[in-house]
Amino acid sequence: MALLQLERISAQYPGAPTPVLADISLELGPRQLLVALGPSGSGKTSLLNLIAGFVEPSAGRITLDGAVVKGPSAERGVVFQDDALLPWQDVLANVGFGLELAGVAKAQREVRAREMLALVDLAGFDNRRIWQLSGGQKQRVGLARALAADPRVLLMDEPFGALDAFTREQMQELLLQVWRRTAKPVFLITHDIEEAVFLATDLILLAPNPGHIVERLHLDFGQRYAAGESARAIKSDPRFIETREHVLGKVFSQRQVSV
Amino acid sequence: MSSYELPVTTSQPAPHRVIPLRRSLSTRWISVLTLFVLLAAWWAVTASGMIEPLFLPPPSAVLQKGWLLATSGYMDSTLWQHLAASLRRIELGLGFAVLTAVPVGIAIGANRIARGILDPVIEFYRPIPPLAYLPLIVIWCGIGELSKVLLIYLAIFAPIAIATATGVRTVDPAKLRAAQSLGASRAQLIRHVILPSALPDILTGVRIGLGVGWSTLVAAELIAATSGLGFMVQSAAQFLVTDVVVLGILVIALIAFAMEMGLRALQRKWVPWHGQAH
Repeated sequence: MALLQLERISAQYPGAPTPVLADISLELGPRQLLVALGPSGSGKTSLLNLIAGFVEPSAGRITLDGAVVKGPSAERGVVFQDDALLPWQDVLANVGFGLELAGVAKAQREVRAREMLALVDLAGFDNRRIWQLSGGQKQRVGLARALAADPRVLLMDEPFGALDAFTREQMQELLLQVWRRTAKPVFLITHDIEEAVFLATDLILLAPNPGHIVERLHLDFGQRYAAGESARAIKSDPRFIETREHVLGKVFSQRQVSV
Repeated sequence: MSSYELPVTTSQPAPHRVIPLRRSLSTRWISVLTLFVLLAAWWAVTASGMIEPLFLPPPSAVLQKGWLLATSGYMDSTLWQHLAASLRRIELGLGFAVLTAVPVGIAIGANRIARGILDPVIEFYRPIPPLAYLPLIVIWCGIGELSKVLLIYLAIFAPIAIATATGVRTVDPAKLRAAQSLGASRAQLIRHVILPSALPDILTGVRIGLGVGWSTLVAAELIAATSGLGFMVQSAAQFLVTDVVVLGILVIALIAFAMEMGLRALQRKWVPWHGQAH
């Protein structure tokens, strides 16, 4: 039974001639890592904003555990492309921010925040200032902050898009480890094909004008990594390359149609 | 692989670190030197008798007068009492201005209706030089302390309110969304995200406001007061006691300088993230 459900979602910004998303239906269940892949303009950010509750759909229904999603809430944690951390607080306070908002006592939320920092390999970074961190470290703090609030689902908005290639690979592996350990359902959007194929248990490919789903794939590369196989071995596996090229071909054929 | 071993990366940081250091040192030295040259020129023109002490007393006379003023006083009060009178007025004006202008600025920045109501009012009176409406304030409130505090309050209020509103309007939307997706209520957003985000702008507004407020206060004391640094300078000028006038001007300048430096230090302490790439 799906936890998060999107039923025939459309979205249109006021004043815009065409909708950004048309007739999107998808489901996210426990232990799933759903990746939405698409070129810019395909509405993937809009899709995430809809699920997060930042914007409202013009048609259709989004439900979490049967309850209709309305506005942002701590049930749906978000990791942003630009970390969106609070520079006036140190790392520990940033990670515990959601718990502070919920009124959890300081000692208690610090314990939880330290656990989350350890989970993202940042143990001992408690009192660092945000501007002293590297891009990858900031994204890890962002991930720890979202997880500390114990959301039902984790939404990730191109979380590794601004990172360099080396850091991005590390972060992908870290995400898979965290995902396996916390068993949180994850919805991630990206325009990086290799990243999408590597991470996803389920992949949806979006095409623009208006944003719609052109392909759905069920994949297991991330699970193979979680089971102990090395990332390089998986990414150089002929089946991985074949899948990546298949998706790439789909993206280009869609683009020709839309141009 | 060999390209990694090129010395390019290690040699690069060196000029970065050296240049600003040398420049900041030499700039400071130039400033100190300028001050000394000005003082020396002052001493030279007065000691040589080129300018009569009535127009410009020598530095030594001003210093002596300063000692006299600090111990026995001028016009029934010591320098400290005049200084205290001026400082108390600006303190009250600043205190009330911060307490009211910050909430008003947040309202303008965050609420469409509040902006519609308050923006024209502030934008209407802000460009008027405070001394232009001082006569009206005197008619309404008399010539007591209230009218002077009110004048400074009005002079400081507008810059702080406008700077706060700007700070609120330029809050990073990603930070707001992040807080909302962590369950922040409207009040929590203001307390935990909007206010700290706007703090650098608020402090800049206070700096500008204090500058305007201080010059307004001194000017107001020149016109309508029986104590304060402005009054001391004005009454000394009427009796051509030039050394008191010069001393008063120097103290006024020193206080303005100290306030500016104090606020810069506060800015470094309270908003260390400002100007950092984060």
